Amino acid sequence: MTEALPTLWFVLIAVLWAGYLFLEGFDLGVGMLMKLMARNDTQRRVLLNTVGPVWDGNEVWLVTAVGATFAAFPHWYASLLSALYLPFLLVLLGLIFRAVAFEWRGKRDSDAWRDRWDWAIAVGSFIAAAGIGAALALTTTGLPLDVNGNRVGGAFAWATMPALLGAVAVVLFCLVHAAAFVALKTEGSIRSQADRLFRRLLPVAMIPFLGWALLVQVGSGTVVTWFVVVLAVVAFIASYRAATVGRDGRAFAGLGVGMLALIGSIFGAAFPVVLPSTLDPAFDLTVQNASSSPYTLGLMSLVACFGLPLVLAYQAWTYWVFRRRVSEASIPAAHAVTAL
Amino acid sequence: MEALEIARWQFGITTVYHFLMVPLTIGLGLLVAVMQTMWHRSGKEHYLRMTKFWGKLFLINFIMGVATGLVQEFQFGMAWSEYSRFVGDVFGAPLAMEALLAFFVESTFLGLWIFGWGRLPRLVHLLCLWAAVLASVFSAYFILVANSWMQHPVGVEMVDGRPVMVDAWAVFTNNTALVAFPHTVFGALAVAGAFLLGISWYHLHKRRHDGLDTVGAHGTVIVGDAGGARDAVDHRVWLVSARAGAIVAMIAFAGTGITGDLQGKLMFDQQPMKMAAAEAACHDGTGFSILSVGNLGAQSCDDITAVIEVPGVLSFLANGDFTTEVKGVNTLLPEYQEKYGTTLPDDPMYGERAGTEIDYLPVMEVTYWGFRIMIGFGAIAAGAAALALWVLRKGTVPESRWLMRLAVFGILAPFGANSAGWIFTEMGRQPFVVAPNPDPSGIDSVFMFTAAAVSPGVSLGELVASLVALTSVYAVLLVVEVKLLFSYVRGGTASAMPELAQAGSDSGHGGDGGSGVSGARHGGKDDGDVLAFAY
Repeated sequence: MTEALPTLWFVLIAVLWAGYLFLEGFDLGVGMLMKLMARNDTQRRVLLNTVGPVWDGNEVWLVTAVGATFAAFPHWYASLLSALYLPFLLVLLGLIFRAVAFEWRGKRDSDAWRDRWDWAIAVGSFIAAAGIGAALALTTTGLPLDVNGNRVGGAFAWATMPALLGAVAVVLFCLVHAAAFVALKTEGSIRSQADRLFRRLLPVAMIPFLGWALLVQVGSGTVVTWFVVVLAVVAFIASYRAATVGRDGRAFAGLGVGMLALIGSIFGAAFPVVLPSTLDPAFDLTVQNASSSPYTLGLMSLVACFGLPLVLAYQAWTYWVFRRRVSEASIPAAHAVTAL
Repeated sequence: MEALEIARWQFGITTVYHFLMVPLTIGLGLLVAVMQTMWHRSGKEHYLRMTKFWGKLFLINFIMGVATGLVQEFQFGMAWSEYSRFVGDVFGAPLAMEALLAFFVESTFLGLWIFGWGRLPRLVHLLCLWAAVLASVFSAYFILVANSWMQHPVGVEMVDGRPVMVDAWAVFTNNTALVAFPHTVFGALAVAGAFLLGISWYHLHKRRHDGLDTVGAHGTVIVGDAGGARDAVDHRVWLVSARAGAIVAMIAFAGTGITGDLQGKLMFDQQPMKMAAAEAACHDGTGFSILSVGNLGAQSCDDITAVIEVPGVLSFLANGDFTTEVKGVNTLLPEYQEKYGTTLPDDPMYGERAGTEIDYLPVMEVTYWGFRIMIGFGAIAAGAAALALWVLRKGTVPESRWLMRLAVFGILAPFGANSAGWIFTEMGRQPFVVAPNPDPSGIDSVFMFTAAAVSPGVSLGELVASLVALTSVYAVLLVVEVKLLFSYVRGGTASAMPELAQAGSDSGHGGDGGSGVSGARHGGKDDGDVLAFAY
């Protein structure tokens, strides 16, 4: 039993990353669409309010994925975050600006003020998506780590083709996922704009993600993980077909399931290595040599057994409470805050 | 400067900054939840307005706590990878639990609260706020468990040179954490109390200044009514808030005092050098220094003279009696050197520092004054709150502009006390990042020098880049946050309830009324499709 604990935690952390990409995927994408799709302020506010009640809860999936990595695989956490010092710094700055922009954007009735925060949301979302994508691609393809798990080769040793591939993959996924989400969550002209964008993007947008998955499969894939990649492609085709017949829900679900399958195939193929060293396979961090003690993993397993289902339940309830579509008519007039 | 110094400055700046937002989030969150509960139970209009107004300020600040908290979760791995590897088995667990059990609840239910006005049943909506607020209190517990383990490592065994958790109960009921937790929550309430008092004072003063409220024969207030957002209910909003803030501030100070005393007694056992440095106590003795002169910065006991000293008080702080001698720096230094070595071990993890002499004395200027600023600012705020409560007995504030400014500036005092307390306790732990505890109940062999904790692979350039980027972004955001808070404060309740301003312009009703206002807001389906509380 205790031998299985590191594997269980590897699966759990893959689940947390998958959950993060699925949930924050669309709100990062909605952030980028603020500047790429919305035509006027009302449309921007419609976009914001589709994710308004949920984006902060979605972001906790990231915090939990990182925190759980610290608890279950301290060596993975330490090596990955210190090796990717500048990319994670950029991700943090992006997320900081994005978070305050969400909350502060409407707090002053001024076009210049709103425009500034719209840029913060769009650029912050873009940087966060790209940085997380690069980090996940690198943890599955490798970094130049020495025997102690420390990066060699300087501050930009991470700037490689796989990093770029991962960044592009996640940015494009977020955009197309957001288009599906907005089509599902809105009414009126913005809905048809999103629907058109989705159908135009989907055939190409998932190609880099697929490329990342194939890159990992070629290295260490198994029959099962190859099969899961095929499943993902089937899901994308189903998603596209659903969109062409106006089934927003199925289109969104198909895309999401396809992405989850790709993440599953990537982590599945990478197992049992959590962070390969490109210098020497002997320096690889694996589920065994990077993990915490069985006692700590056991304790964390108890907490996760209790906590994770609860999180899924109340977050699902939130989506249920705010299930109504948002339209331009739902947006109240902006009001100025004036001194008495 | 070297990478280690930059990394320390960065951790200090980002953490102290984060902890400007956190106490206001925790303290104000609890108070807003109480306000909404009062509204739910009594249906009185002023409680609704209080909930909306203070809730708006709460949200403007809350998001900064969230945003800067992200940095905390990442920077252990980014800048302190050796630390993360060393302590991960025991330190990661409370962090992961904080995210899984507290942050999820906090952010999800706060989203439900923000967007749930008029959409959720009233009781459910209220419970959402309570869930979010209690989760933020709960998160404080988890992070203090993590921090307390660095002050007082328990529940572990050393395996292959690293501490491995063997007793989770000991870690999560660490006596250091059990007293630090209430101490921190009371500290947060002190911030919220002063915040309520200062801002409400400003508005009560403004109502008097504008000739709305006047004072009758016995100094009792005669409440004016200009309709809209400046009706008689408005006076009630500020008076109730001011009184509540003053009472909370006083209770909070008493709470921090009692828990702080318990903490002090533990600390004399667990980290005697920290407490000796807090007192600038060079020699063994019983006296508490009110004022020590000389050159604290010289880090040499020859240069320090205690000018005013109260005999017995130090013994009381440490042991609860007035006679037991407390060890001073001169006694402790040789003890530490004997136990933990005079030079850093010749280990590659120390890099160029290997073999250099260890200075066991924390920076005394910081510990000595940090300790006194914490207590002093806390006491000033509580004293001012008591005075304010007495001044408010006739139902308004004096016309004095200076008193009003003082009340507003007073908001800063508990913030200062919180920051000083943290700087004291963290810098007082140096040169250790995980402090060894010489007392018999501690696990003496578990410790780590800060010099060994920094990421070996990260370059000076990266650390400088992040220090500059984070510090400048934080500075800009602080300015924006404070400006936003100011504009919402100046706008009064109408800034959170625009319908009040409209109601004022077309009817000018006042008194107990307001049912029309709240009815339209919370009638639910009448609003049709329009989002009640949107971005």
